[in-house]
Amino acid sequence: MEFFLQNVVNALQWGSFYALIALGYSMVYGVLLLFNFAHGDIFMVGAYVGFFVATGLLLLVSSLGLVSMPGWVVLVLVILVAMFITAFVGVAVERIGYRPLRQAPRASAAITGLMIGIIFETGNLALLGARRLSFPELIETTTYTIGGVTVTNKRIMIVAVSLLLMFALHQFVQRTKWGMAMRAMAYDFAVVPLMGVPLNSIAALTFGLGSALAAAAGILFGVAYPVLSPYMGIVVGWKAFVAAILGGRGSILGAALAGFLLGFIEIFVATIFPSTLRDLIAFSIILLILVFRPHGFFGEAHTSRLRL
Amino acid sequence: MLLSVKNLRVSYDKIRALHGFDFHVNEGEIVCIIGANGAGKSTTLRAISQLVPVEQGSTIEFMGENLFKYTADKVVSQLGISHVPEGRRIFGNLTVMENLKLATFSRKDSDGIHRDMARVFEIFPRLDERKQQKAGTMSGGEQQMLAVGRAFMSGRRIMLLDEPSMGLAPLLMQGMFDALRQINEEGTAILLVEQNARMALKFAQRGYVLETGNLVLEGKSSDLMGNPEVKKAYLGG
Ligand SMILES: Nc1ncnc2c1ncn2[C@@H]1O[C@H](COP(=O)(O)OP(=O)(O)O)[C@@H](O)[C@H]1O
Ligand SMILES: [Mg+2]
Repeated sequence: MEFFLQNVVNALQWGSFYALIALGYSMVYGVLLLFNFAHGDIFMVGAYVGFFVATGLLLLVSSLGLVSMPGWVVLVLVILVAMFITAFVGVAVERIGYRPLRQAPRASAAITGLMIGIIFETGNLALLGARRLSFPELIETTTYTIGGVTVTNKRIMIVAVSLLLMFALHQFVQRTKWGMAMRAMAYDFAVVPLMGVPLNSIAALTFGLGSALAAAAGILFGVAYPVLSPYMGIVVGWKAFVAAILGGRGSILGAALAGFLLGFIEIFVATIFPSTLRDLIAFSIILLILVFRPHGFFGEAHTSRLRL
Repeated sequence: MLLSVKNLRVSYDKIRALHGFDFHVNEGEIVCIIGANGAGKSTTLRAISQLVPVEQGSTIEFMGENLFKYTADKVVSQLGISHVPEGRRIFGNLTVMENLKLATFSRKDSDGIHRDMARVFEIFPRLDERKQQKAGTMSGGEQQMLAVGRAFMSGRRIMLLDEPSMGLAPLLMQGMFDALRQINEEGTAILLVEQNARMALKFAQRGYVLETGNLVLEGKSSDLMGNPEVKKAYLGG
């Protein structure tokens, strides 16, 4: 039982990363019918942006002699600032990489996405060299043991911040006019301009939101696993992509649930089978689910997407 | 003159759908374009709404201004040209209320929005009853009401209507055209595109007949209705 609960805690943490990243894939796919294959690398960029914001902020705090500024305040600031900055990275990716290809065959956009990802990875290497950066320790680890299960304050924070962000996104999409426009675009792209809604702004917004969430995931990841690498987004990104598919086209709830489900499947497969087989078995389970639910949990088989 | 279109030419993948169409709509007027399936009626409306590129030499002026300076969303939000697309195309995943609100996305006049919203519910009490319902679960007639209501909220100088009678039972169709006439009497000009020529000519003051992208006849609706060729081709003898 304790062993089980311990794994639940791990699964929730990994699920948080996957879910936050999956939301970006899912929103962009839902709204623009585009797989943004650079999204995993935006997660990486977000982690690095977070690193620089954190380092800069710590310098600033110490040079101003504000030693008393609590670590969690710094962390919250880092998350917010890095989300904001990375949102613009996402907006730029849309503007420069994808917008010129709106009318082009889908394969062109996919190749462009992979290319953008490679540019981020090699650009990072070129700028920062091969040394691995270590994410600064913003909050000290406290370990709680509850009934034999150990939980750190960091894990609790990671899961709580992720859930909070997902809830905020849900509120945004359900309650604001921009969220309404995103939902409308997901349903019937062609008609949206006739409502006086500028398509390009909504496209940019969608990329910005997704990238901001990926940045949050990157920082939370950095808090849990402080070693950053230019390639850190690739495998995590692919897994989150699978979670987005599993969640169903453009479904926020679906992507979040599937992200957590993926975390659970991975962790529990690893407790039963040798860890070298983890991904193979985890992905087989997901494929099996998709056999029975080809459109994912909340995907719709049909939406009207004719040209006007 | 409210809307003036000259030498309108539009092609899809090198196949020309409109071969130099000239027409105009005056302030407050109801004008119809009739023609068979594939004649280029929808293409004409798409060109006005800036949803398809036009060829060199085409001009569209709205209140004396070059319409091509505006992007599709600005055509609606700044010029007040609303467009009810063929097949209604309401957002089925949004509620009725959300559909109407979305159409005010770029409007800043919250008083005006409230007034217009109240007016939509007066004209279509059915929508008032169904405010919170998902639009996709409504009947075809109700969806058409919503499509018109949505256009009413988005822009009010002129409404472009693409086959609003399609798929409606005769009684509903009559109700729809009565509602449209009310909207027109409150100052919105209407450009109606229809395969149902009888209905359209009865409703409009003037009409244009389009055949495979060419203008073949134009005139007052009463004259067109009496025209033997129109009678033979479009009014069933
Ligand atoms: N998206 C499109 N791509 C290619 N051809 C089109 C497209 N839309 C319309 N057409 C062609 O343009 C012509 C005019 O179509 P349309 O304007 O829809 O006619 P109408 O509304 O009068 O039925 C038709 O020959 C049609 O096949
Ligand atoms: Mg048509």
